[in-house]
Amino acid sequence: MKKKFFALMMAMLMVLSLAACGGKEDPPAPGTDAPAASGEAGGAFKLGGTGPLTGGAAIYGNAVKNGAQIAVDEINAMGGIQFELKYEDDTHDAEKAVNAYNVLKDWGMQISMGSVTSKPCEATSAETYADRIFALTPSASTTGTIEGKDNMFQMCFMDPNQGTASAQYISDKGLGTKIAVIWKNDDPYSKGIHDTFTAKAGELGLEVVSDTTFADGNDTDFSVQLKNAQDAGADLVFLPMYYQPASLILSQANSMSYAPKWFGVDGMDGILTMEGFDTTLAEGVMLLTPFNADSTDERTQNFVAEYQKRFGEVPNQFAADAYDCVYAYKQALEAAGATPDMSAEDLCAAMIEQFTSMTFDGLTGDGMTWDATGAVSKSPKGMVIENGAYVGLD
Amino acid sequence: MTFLNFLISGISLGSIYAIIALGYTMVYGIAKMLNFAHGDVIMVGAYICFYAVSRFNLPPLVGVILAMIVCTVLGMVVERLAYKPLRQAPSLAVLITAIGVSYFLQNTALLLWSSNPKVFPSFFVSGSGGTGVELFGGQLKISYVTLFTIIICVIIMLALTWFTGKTKMGKAMRACSEDKGAAQLMGINVDATISMTFAIGSGLAAIAGVLLCSAYPTLVPTTGSMPGIKAFTAAVFGGIGSIPGAFLGGLLLGIIEIFAKAYISTQLSDAVVFAVLIIVLLVKPAGLLGKQIREKV
Amino acid sequence: MKSLKLNKTTRRNYLTYLLVILAYVILQILGSTGSISSSLKGMLVPICAYIVMAISLNLTVGVLGELSLGHAGFMSMGAFTGVTAAIALQDAIPAAPLRMAIALAVGAAFAALTGFLIGIPVLRLNGDYLAIVTLAFGEIIKSIFNNLYVGVDKKGLHMSLLSDKTSLSEGGKLIIAGPMGIGGIQKISTFTAGFILVMITLIVVFHLVNSRAGRAIMAIRDNRIAAESVGVNITKYKMMAFVTSAALAGAAGALFAMNYSTIVANKFDFNTSILVLVFVVLGGLGNMLGSIVAAAALTILPEALRQFSDYRMLVYAIVLILVMLATNNPTLKSFFSRFKPGKSHGKEAA
Repeated sequence: MKKKFFALMMAMLMVLSLAACGGKEDPPAPGTDAPAASGEAGGAFKLGGTGPLTGGAAIYGNAVKNGAQIAVDEINAMGGIQFELKYEDDTHDAEKAVNAYNVLKDWGMQISMGSVTSKPCEATSAETYADRIFALTPSASTTGTIEGKDNMFQMCFMDPNQGTASAQYISDKGLGTKIAVIWKNDDPYSKGIHDTFTAKAGELGLEVVSDTTFADGNDTDFSVQLKNAQDAGADLVFLPMYYQPASLILSQANSMSYAPKWFGVDGMDGILTMEGFDTTLAEGVMLLTPFNADSTDERTQNFVAEYQKRFGEVPNQFAADAYDCVYAYKQALEAAGATPDMSAEDLCAAMIEQFTSMTFDGLTGDGMTWDATGAVSKSPKGMVIENGAYVGLD
Repeated sequence: MTFLNFLISGISLGSIYAIIALGYTMVYGIAKMLNFAHGDVIMVGAYICFYAVSRFNLPPLVGVILAMIVCTVLGMVVERLAYKPLRQAPSLAVLITAIGVSYFLQNTALLLWSSNPKVFPSFFVSGSGGTGVELFGGQLKISYVTLFTIIICVIIMLALTWFTGKTKMGKAMRACSEDKGAAQLMGINVDATISMTFAIGSGLAAIAGVLLCSAYPTLVPTTGSMPGIKAFTAAVFGGIGSIPGAFLGGLLLGIIEIFAKAYISTQLSDAVVFAVLIIVLLVKPAGLLGKQIREKV
Repeated sequence: MKSLKLNKTTRRNYLTYLLVILAYVILQILGSTGSISSSLKGMLVPICAYIVMAISLNLTVGVLGELSLGHAGFMSMGAFTGVTAAIALQDAIPAAPLRMAIALAVGAAFAALTGFLIGIPVLRLNGDYLAIVTLAFGEIIKSIFNNLYVGVDKKGLHMSLLSDKTSLSEGGKLIIAGPMGIGGIQKISTFTAGFILVMITLIVVFHLVNSRAGRAIMAIRDNRIAAESVGVNITKYKMMAFVTSAALAGAAGALFAMNYSTIVANKFDFNTSILVLVFVVLGGLGNMLGSIVAAAALTILPEALRQFSDYRMLVYAIVLILVMLATNNPTLKSFFSRFKPGKSHGKEAA
């Protein structure tokens, strides 16, 4: 009996689901401000992207979505090229990302912002490649994201480049000779930087004396990793990870009275704006990052002010990269003389041509160029934290 | 000395697992259900305390009490709305509902408090600004959080043992856990008893949340889920349903985890922890202090 | 009475086959006329994989009566070994369907082997202790794949743990790269392959359940001691169900993995095990058709809720709780039982 009932319930559920899945054309999702110009029929480029808007990685997805939304609204207000932006949730999962991508395809996405996080982006980039939709990801940084795909471009540094650049920087500036690395063992981002960093460090004669890891669900207690670094006599600890575990590492090292030099990567950005974080812990931490929310440059200040006004938080580099993506699209679309009635495939060809030839100035760097592989060339800025703020290192 | 340092790290991690496991085992022992939402109640408790202290500048103790009140009410409401209607249903149905509640709490937290990590304020700083007791001229350091967590753990363990053993309500709880039907015939209000169990379990979760975030001070909506699973493992390790077992299991799990990291491999530490768990359960199939129930034909 | 009951079971099994075939045909027709959205189209293969997962877990939980919280571990095993086989054979076997079939078989074989090895200790335990040990094995498998490096070159397969020590010769290719998982997978899974796998799974499971062995397995579930006392070899039959379940999950994993260009070990974590368990419980223990419908519906549901935007997963949680409450509500149940001829058959196996 029960089974009959189950089956009935499930069948109803399924019919509902299917019905909801079918042709819904214009759901301006609650929470996202519908762009001003979306009413003008066919006047806007449909720009879509997927990212973790819920779940453990939600902070990155929401930052990208918010950053892109600000850029879209600004551009739409200027007149000229119009965008319609739609972000779909992928919960930092490759499977959900492909689902989200398909939803965007049904919506009629013409150009894509790929996915926010690396592994989902590797999955969606295979789809955009097959469907010939141009994609520019703000933040997915693994090599696999762009490898073998001519229409997939990155706004952020590639992980290997960051590892090499960090090692080079440490060696050039003579910051340390005995180095400890603590990295996240189940994260491609961390792993990618770690591998190239240790390789480059070896070449440059830097000695990696301690090499320890952590993983999801094992990321609260770092006493062993820190003790290992301390006992090995490391004078610099390299932290290729996001700022949340980094903040724990800093506070635990402090309680152990271990005070080496700290060197982070772009994922570390955001540590100063964590609510309740004691910024004295991060005093002297160095990092390579393309974006700096405290910059005195006018565009950055405007962006930061607008972001704070709308979302009540200080934007991190994810938001800035997303903001740059939209502006890069604007520049490329204008240069190509593209119109919103062009097909995704035509736009794709035009965009590949533009991106490989143009130079772009954004919040995260001046004079950015892209090569045919889709990797961006921009120079990371060395930053050090002094008195709770970033200061340029040079 | 290094060994002792690791032992202390292990104990401090283990005491956190232990305090969560106590809540788990309490609910399991009496209501006979795996409350997968327990970890998320912990997260809610931590957030309440965080907001009370950081945003409204209330004294820490008030924050903790507020968190306990909110969590206790939350636990009772969840029990009333989601678990009580399933009292007669198969235990797996309740398990799935608990998972639903867990998703619900996590996503509500995400909407209410956003995904941006919050850094939990540190309560355990002495007058001179130190964060722990130093021994052997500073070579060994035990943080106040650890000391405090262990003391609280022991107090809670003793209190729960006394409560379930000596008080009328506690005896009613044990009666319900043995046989709900018979307990009812004896004039025990089963629903009220189980509701009370959830209230106590959730109140404990609030304390666990505050201690968890004091020791490892970042707070996100998923903060409770992994420690929750680890604590569940710890509770089983010690013999689920047994209050001293949960304490022992939690401590041992923490120590094994730290030692695995220190002496085997940081990369495989999780695998080692679970392997030890499997071996222990093979030798003692009902956990360290669990009662082996003989099956009757 | 007995023959009638058998008849009923057979009838329901045929009904299940029929409905699955019908769904496949309808979706194929709709697909060829282009009237299903790319969103639904993209979900067909994962739905098939989840259906197989649900049916196979139902064999452990519903038929054998043991709670497993680590089913995703077998899926992981199948996914990684299956894809490795597919990549290693890329040049040797150009025909995608054949390579696919081999990959599924390899995935199933390795998962079965794992199931056997895990089954030896696991099946000695009972209840929640068994559940926690399966959880532990799931986590161990995840941890190992996060640290495993497998490469292929002319000399064959190379393996190493913890760091990449495969030192491949010229032209070699690293297949599994630790935490990076497998990248650049050729997407060779198709809906048809998924459908065939679902059908095979159903045939295997129905034949097992309705055989002498199946009755022994159910006897163990209902009363282990009684079964033992009438001479049923407990270990043998438990193992039979467990290994079959693992093998099917492995095949599902391979199918799933080859639908995406990339796969990582963290995908197959505790949450995935729980997700599949939700399908099984919602569909009804021992009820294969229920598992199929629940797996399909609950995979589509979060996608269908996208219009709720930020509230999507919250709504999903509420729907899940409400469905559990409604399906277990005595009033509703007795209400529906009035429409059913014959008497209700009391308590379901729990």
